[in-house]
Amino acid sequence: MEVDIHGAPIYFEIPILGGIPISATLVVTWGVMLVLTLLCIWLTHGMKVKNISKKQAFAEFIVQKAESFVIGNMGEKWKHYTPFVSTIFALSIVCSLSALFGLWPPTADVSTTLAWGIVVFVIITATKLKTNGLLGYLKGFCDPIFVMAPFNVLGELFTPISMAFRHFGNIVSGTVITSLVYAALVVANHALFSLIPGVVGDWLSAIPFLTVGVPAVISLYFDWFSGFMQAFIFCTLTMVFISSAAETE
Amino acid sequence: MEKALVLMGCAIGAGLALIAGIGPGIGEGYAAGKAVEAIGRQPEMKGPLTSTMMLGIACAETTGIYGFVTGLLLIFVAPGMFLGML
Repeated sequence: MEVDIHGAPIYFEIPILGGIPISATLVVTWGVMLVLTLLCIWLTHGMKVKNISKKQAFAEFIVQKAESFVIGNMGEKWKHYTPFVSTIFALSIVCSLSALFGLWPPTADVSTTLAWGIVVFVIITATKLKTNGLLGYLKGFCDPIFVMAPFNVLGELFTPISMAFRHFGNIVSGTVITSLVYAALVVANHALFSLIPGVVGDWLSAIPFLTVGVPAVISLYFDWFSGFMQAFIFCTLTMVFISSAAETE
Repeated sequence: MEKALVLMGCAIGAGLALIAGIGPGIGEGYAAGKAVEAIGRQPEMKGPLTSTMMLGIACAETTGIYGFVTGLLLIFVAPGMFLGML
C-alpha cells in the first residue's frame, strides 16, 4: 500500500533568476486573495444609510465583531489594527478551509505562515522602537542583566518562528493524519470484502465503501475546528504581542 | 549497511521525537481540568474562561508541534539528505 505524503506540488518554473517555482501554495493563495477581494467588493457594494439590505447588515455584523475582538484584546486606542488583524484572520481561515475543496491548503506550507510571522515580527519591532526609542529598545535586551542578552535576542527571534510553526504544524498534522487514515481505510476495505468468496468478493473489494463517511468526521475536526482555532490563536497572539510591545518599562 | 544504519537512526529519532507529545497532553489536560473547576465555581464566566483556556492550550501545544515537525523532518527529509551525503 502506497501512502502518498508530499509537500506543495510545483506546477512549473519561471526561468528567470535561476528558476522561480510556481507551487500550489502560490496559486491557491492568489485564488484565496481573489475570492476574499471579490467577496469584500460584493458585500460593500451599494451601501445605504436607511433601509439597509441583508447583505449590508451581514457586512456590518462582521466589521462590528472584528472591532470588538480587537478592542477586547488590545484596548480602545488600538482600534486601527482591526483591518490588519481581520485580514490575517480571514486569509488564515479561507486558506485552511480550501482543503475542503480538495485544494492544497497554503497554510500546510511553512512559507505561508512564516511570512505572516515575519510581518507580525516587523510590526512588533517597529512598535517597540516607536515606544522606547533605539537606545531603549537595545537596553530592553539587557534585562535583567547584560549576561542575559543572547537569550533575550533568541527569545525575540523565536516569536515569529514559534507562531509560524504552531499554525503550520496543526494544519499539516491534519493533512498527514487524514491521508494515513484514508490509506488505512482502503486497506481495511479490501481485507473486509475479500472475505466474501468468489468473484463477488473481488468485485466488492475493489470499491472503497469505507472511505465514504469516516474521512468527513476527521475533516470536521482537522479542517473546521483546527482551522478556526489556529486563525483565532494566531490573531490573538499577534494582538497580545503588539500591545505588550507598546508597554514602556 | 551504511544505508540501513542511516534509515534506522532516522526511524528511531522520529519515534523519540514524538515523546514530546506527552508534555502537552498532560499540560492541556491540567488546563482543561482547571477551567472546568473555574466554570463550576462561576458558571456565568464560561465564555471568557473558554477562550482563555483555548489560548493557553494552543500555546502549550507548541512544544508538541515542534516534536511533530521534527519527526516529519526525520521521516521525509533527513533520510534523503543523509543518503545523499554518503
